[in-house]
Amino acid sequence: MTKAASELNSIIGSELDSDADQFLTFILGEEEYGVDILRVQEIKGWDSVTPIPNTPDYIKGVINLRGTIVPIVDLRQRFNMPEIEYGPITVVIVLKIECADRDRIMGIVVDGVSDVYDVPQEEMKEPPDFGNVVDTEFVRGLATVEEKMIIILDIDHLLSGSEIKATDGLAD
Amino acid sequence: MSIDMEQFHQTFFEESFEGLDIMENELLNLDVGNADNESINTIFRSAHSIKGGSGTFGFTAIAEFTHVAETLLDEMRDGTRQVTQEAVDILLKSVDVMRDMLGVYKDGGDMDEENNNAVQKELEDLLGVEGASASDEGSNDSANETTAGGWQISFRPHIEMLRTGNDPVRMMHALGELGKIEVVVNISELPSFADLNPEDSFLSWEITLTGDISKDDIVEVFDWVEDECDLDIQPIVNESENVAEAPQAAASDTLATEKAEKDPAAKKATAKKGGSETASIRVGIDKVDEIINLVGELVITQAMLGQVGGEISEDEKHDESRMEKLLEGLAQLERNTREIQESVMRIRMLPISFVFSRVPRLVHDLSSKLNKKVNLVTLGEGTELDKTVMEKIGDPMVHLVRNALDHGIETPEQRLEAGKDETGTLTLNAYHKGGNIVIELSDDGAGINKERVLNKARSNGLVGENEELSDDAINDLIFHPGLSTAEALSDVSGRGVGMDVVRKNIKSLGGSVRVDSTEGKGAVFTIQLPLTLAILDGQLVKVGNETFVVPLVSIIESIQVKSDNLNGIAGKADLYKLRDEYIPIIRADHIFNMHGGDSTLDNRLMVVVEGDGHKAGIIVDDLLAQQQVVIKSLETNYQRVDGISGATILGDGTVALILDISGMIDMYKEKGTPEPTTPVTPPQGNDSDIADEAA
Repeated sequence: MTKAASELNSIIGSELDSDADQFLTFILGEEEYGVDILRVQEIKGWDSVTPIPNTPDYIKGVINLRGTIVPIVDLRQRFNMPEIEYGPITVVIVLKIECADRDRIMGIVVDGVSDVYDVPQEEMKEPPDFGNVVDTEFVRGLATVEEKMIIILDIDHLLSGSEIKATDGLAD
Repeated sequence: MSIDMEQFHQTFFEESFEGLDIMENELLNLDVGNADNESINTIFRSAHSIKGGSGTFGFTAIAEFTHVAETLLDEMRDGTRQVTQEAVDILLKSVDVMRDMLGVYKDGGDMDEENNNAVQKELEDLLGVEGASASDEGSNDSANETTAGGWQISFRPHIEMLRTGNDPVRMMHALGELGKIEVVVNISELPSFADLNPEDSFLSWEITLTGDISKDDIVEVFDWVEDECDLDIQPIVNESENVAEAPQAAASDTLATEKAEKDPAAKKATAKKGGSETASIRVGIDKVDEIINLVGELVITQAMLGQVGGEISEDEKHDESRMEKLLEGLAQLERNTREIQESVMRIRMLPISFVFSRVPRLVHDLSSKLNKKVNLVTLGEGTELDKTVMEKIGDPMVHLVRNALDHGIETPEQRLEAGKDETGTLTLNAYHKGGNIVIELSDDGAGINKERVLNKARSNGLVGENEELSDDAINDLIFHPGLSTAEALSDVSGRGVGMDVVRKNIKSLGGSVRVDSTEGKGAVFTIQLPLTLAILDGQLVKVGNETFVVPLVSIIESIQVKSDNLNGIAGKADLYKLRDEYIPIIRADHIFNMHGGDSTLDNRLMVVVEGDGHKAGIIVDDLLAQQQVVIKSLETNYQRVDGISGATILGDGTVALILDISGMIDMYKEKGTPEPTTPVTPPQGNDSDIADEAA
């Protein structure tokens, strides 16, 4: 085996380290959240959307992503956090989520993208029970990276909120 | 070399289901007592192919079952058995059983053994009982078909026979099992080695088969290659036989040739039918969808270029000759794009006969079950519509047919009493109208009993005690979810879905259904559906800052609101006097809870639309271009939204929502047009501009 090939293999090997998942993190207010990087389709700047009538406020509307109609969710509004003006670093993270037996594409609006971290599975902590203070349905776990806490989101639950499931039968 | 048989399963299933459809169709068309030989041959062939195929693939249950049915058909084909209604009914049941079995092999699941065995028993009983009684007359026939001496067979394969996978050696073996066989091969046709194509067949054979063998057994061996060889089967005339027997031999001789002549004729007829079928190809729907998506993109690109071209022409008037060329090219692109799109769309268009073909069987079964006499007339079977629409219209159609037979057409006694012919008529008619396909289902039965419907609706509280309704409104009630016709009109309950589901399904396709009925004379259900779910001609309108698409087919006209014609009811609803009728005004910005609309109605633009037979005026801020839009589903990544049937992508890449007119009218009826929850900001549009375009 050539040197280059073995190097390549070691790189691939580290990438495929089964114990550590990679997460893309983003900023929302003072907090840092992470999503499974394999679910991230692309990151794009905020652009105007077409609002959909009679939908919750956090559904900003839909955009055209190369011919596909993709709904955009404002994560601040989804978490009932105070709204801020969208600025030049406001980004939309386009995610693939799995709900109701099929994949859907959705975009989330966040304050800005932060970094990509490896988080070994054993370092992922269960979120504490906040009771009714914070809805932990969307939280998969908490991880500590470089002394910071990262909230790892369960995006399938996050975006396939009850309202989609409730009306899914009608869609068919 | 092992061959993965799995890969052929799909084709086998498709062909077998097709074969079953053919069988069913021919059986229903069989003239009992005077059956057409060709039809029986067709049915037999279908059954035979299914038997052969299922045997090959190891689907033994089908093979065994089909064998019994085939035996019955074989007797009919030979003329040893009369075609009776009883036999046809059992054969129809057998088709169902075979279809179920195929379904189980294809998709998994459990066989309904009990039913299968019951039908098989019925078949066998029929074969046993009548077979015995028929055997006397039949024996003469078969005697003619059997000669003690044997047969001289001349078998000359066509040059391409080997390519279809038929192996002469296998046939020889099969013949060898029938009796003593002597084969002489003729190699005179064999070319020199250099010219020899191993896939071609150059040999022919003279086969002498001795023994007590029926001709049918021999024909069966060659069944698969009938069309690919010259076959001549002659009985061997035993020279030592008594001279007195010669006439009989001669008779059998002519009979054999007669049969041989008849067979090719039948074959030719079926081959012709097959030919028209091979004119169509099997294409995976996903491939077609992909092309449709691509063409959709092309349409968007074209729209984008068109827009850019339009902008440049305004900015750079100085370079006019170049500009002209660009515009010319764009015009050409537009034309080409539209043509491509239309032809691609046509790939998915299928004649409605695919849906209609399910009906004769349904009518046959139901009418015998209900003891009614029904004559089915179908018109416009060639009318084409999109496959996706077709798939979804099947069930509502079946329900309407069932409804018409169950509740519409009366029993023969009732009909005679009413002075009608005892046989009722159910007519299915399909035709194109504008961008829609219209399917009419009319019966000459009793029609809708308005009194009963109204009483039922009153007792259910759907209609007030003293409320008077127009005839149309009463007829419309049968689609109401709270009033199932099965409960209201008959004790013979309809199976499964009610009329409300029929309407819901049709609505979800962007269509409408309504009923006209004359008591005592019959009822007509009219279904209107878009030809395709992929594109539509739309009128772009502006409401507030948003662009919406109104389907062109639902627009009647666009007018400017004149304050003289405005009327209010109870200070809530706005009505508009349009010539001699009053139509409700729907304010899109209120219904969609949008902010920033104009609160006054005077001088605003109103698009008069019709959905589900109801007219309404939708207030918009501006009328923009008319264009063909590619329909994209909101449900793919999001969910259904009331009043919105989908989305599309405009030339500038932004998304515009397509209005669902019927849905909007329903929303309006449910909640009226309340003011938006947040204060309305003052008007911003320029009314005088709009007024010009409105004309």
